[in-house]
Amino acid sequence: MSESLVGRQGAPFHMVVERGKIREFARATKSSNPDYLEGEHPLSPVTFLSVAGFWQDESNSPWGDAGTRNYERILHGEQEFAFFGQPPRAGAVLTGVSRIDRVYEKAGRRGGSMQFTETVTEFRDEAGQLVAESRTTVIETGQAPAGDAS
Amino acid sequence: MSGATWDDVEIGTTHTPFVDKPLTITDFVRYQGASGDMNPIHHDTEFAQSAGFPTPFAVGMLQAGVMATYVTDWLGAASVRRFKVQFREQAWPGDVITYEGTVTAKREVDGERLVDLELSATRQTGGTHLKGWATFSLD
Repeated sequence: MSESLVGRQGAPFHMVVERGKIREFARATKSSNPDYLEGEHPLSPVTFLSVAGFWQDESNSPWGDAGTRNYERILHGEQEFAFFGQPPRAGAVLTGVSRIDRVYEKAGRRGGSMQFTETVTEFRDEAGQLVAESRTTVIETGQAPAGDAS
Repeated sequence: MSGATWDDVEIGTTHTPFVDKPLTITDFVRYQGASGDMNPIHHDTEFAQSAGFPTPFAVGMLQAGVMATYVTDWLGAASVRRFKVQFREQAWPGDVITYEGTVTAKREVDGERLVDLELSATRQTGGTHLKGWATFSLD
């Protein structure tokens, strides 16, 4: 990974927010909230946009052919979701675009440096309005991870 | 819609902690199927051991989702505007995770009433599994 990747983006992808998928996701995250489980158009749970991978293939990834990442040394450091209004509801058809937003280094606690890469996916509704944003921070360590992160 | 209102919370207001049942690999598999992240490190013992871990370990995003369940049960599913987690030490099958949340700020921005929170998911050892931050828009 390098800073030259900043700004790269994947091809747009479509994602349908599905009621059954919401129900499955809400149950898996131990929710019994009727706002997720009842009605024709329930809200989607806060971390639901994690399912976007089901709607993406390689062309939608901002990494493209920069496939030099060492997966044994990559940790999921942080994950953030922002909503510009209520979270999307079942039935919404979203268009997502992922981009590499930031690359930076920090000193590791056990010496060596860690490279942080933040990838952002913007989700727009059928009117083109930005409705949600997902930000993923991955950390590439200088050595194989020993116990941190997910 | 359910959830606490602006007048229900003050800076320093805490929500009753949620102590989850001990984590199981079944929980991980169920979340992995729902999310599409099928990394075998979270359910395949042989694979986890060949990578140097004693057993499969928890999917951080599952506990992030349970943390979101905890906070939306309190402040409302429709009201969430921002939610962020930082993954700290790993969690393991059998771990008992306690979820807690505290209001850290109340502010009005362009007529919208926003409440900021700090959240945590703590292992039975006292170790921090997740730190979280959230913002809700309350009536």
